[in-house]
Amino acid sequence: MMRITLMVNGEPVTRSVEPRRHLIDFLRLDLGLTGSHAGCEHGVCGACTVRVDGEIVRGCLVLAASLDGAAVTTIEGLTDTGEGAALQAAFIARNAAQCGFCTPGMLMAAADIVQHHPTATRAEIREHLSGNYCRCTGYQAIVDAVESVLEAAR
Amino acid sequence: MKWPAFGYAKASSLADLWRLQAEHGADARILAGGQTLLATLAFRLSDPKLLIDITRIAALRGITLADGVLRLGALTRHADLARDPQVARHAPLLAEAAPLIAHPAIRNRGTIGGSLAYADPAAELPACILALDATLILASPAGERRVAARDFFTGLFETALRPDEIILAIEVPVATDATRSAIVEVARRSGDYAMAGLAACLRLAGDGRVETARLVYFGVGPGPVPAPRAAAALEGRAPDAATIAAAAAALAQDLDPPADLHGSPAMKLHLARVLTRRALTRLATPTEIAA
Repeated sequence: MMRITLMVNGEPVTRSVEPRRHLIDFLRLDLGLTGSHAGCEHGVCGACTVRVDGEIVRGCLVLAASLDGAAVTTIEGLTDTGEGAALQAAFIARNAAQCGFCTPGMLMAAADIVQHHPTATRAEIREHLSGNYCRCTGYQAIVDAVESVLEAAR
Repeated sequence: MKWPAFGYAKASSLADLWRLQAEHGADARILAGGQTLLATLAFRLSDPKLLIDITRIAALRGITLADGVLRLGALTRHADLARDPQVARHAPLLAEAAPLIAHPAIRNRGTIGGSLAYADPAAELPACILALDATLILASPAGERRVAARDFFTGLFETALRPDEIILAIEVPVATDATRSAIVEVARRSGDYAMAGLAACLRLAGDGRVETARLVYFGVGPGPVPAPRAAAALEGRAPDAATIAAAAAALAQDLDPPADLHGSPAMKLHLARVLTRRALTRLATPTEIAA
């Protein structure tokens, strides 16, 4: 077991973890933060997208043990700070959930667009969200929702 | 699947890494960005007893320019390649390649050293460094050695790396006014491994003719595949439609693509030819050159 201390959604957390524990299981099973989803668990679906030190990552491809001193933000954190509010409202307004499993990861990736690419076109939104395609199809309503948030902010 | 049980250690320096490797030998695997290794561990493709995290080793970091060479530390991430101004200016092929690699969340962790050491035959960066005629700096407890990219990739997922060696850095000759580069690929889904791809570097003479050409294909063989005959069809000629067609025709002598999930050898050769026309037509277009 390895002892790690890190910030999760702005709060300090200290836990002992097995090296084989990935960040998503750490969040879900050790901290009870079940907003981040474990989907494919090999880096393909993006349902596990969270922020580490301000950048989105695949939570299933990060060892919790490697995160001593890091700052992690999950969908719960985006909700608590209100950063995700406009996106969440737009997803609801446009029924952009699809089956819903990808939604937390989609919102984390969408927040990354809002933060770093505020002038993104529809094609660029699609490109950025391509790492979060899961099992449904279309993603039209999701692109609509992200686009509406970007437009409202301009 | 969950990862198998393994130990984890952070190496703080190269000396620390050599000590850990000496202690654990073949039971240890090096962990950089982890975007390939950790995915393959989820499939239980290997069973290391220890992962040695090298991401804190300062000697593996940094992008520096000296004597006409851009030196990229092995820990340079794909996201760094995409936005570093020195890379954009001096190795534009790598800046153009970065957005083709997987997805933003993966590019924030995956490293150039990891990609080259893994040597996936459909990966972009091995083909790029071959097209750029780059040199790899390898390090081991015995010291450093330099290996040309063309000697580094030795087979399917195989490289010239010895068991106790790691990639320290990659040295890329800087782009000049005479050089042109492009990377193009066909993938089923944005960010997927390419069904076929091409990294191309040309050096043009003052009169617009092609002086030297390096065309390197990926996703069509056991590793990055250079196409010397197609390149020879370009050299000494103006890159007009007829020359480009001749290069595409010559590809049949350079490539022998295996069938894979994506299609037959004939389809792969067809894709390679389409990509050849796309890349070379773009490089031969004056507006692109000016840009």
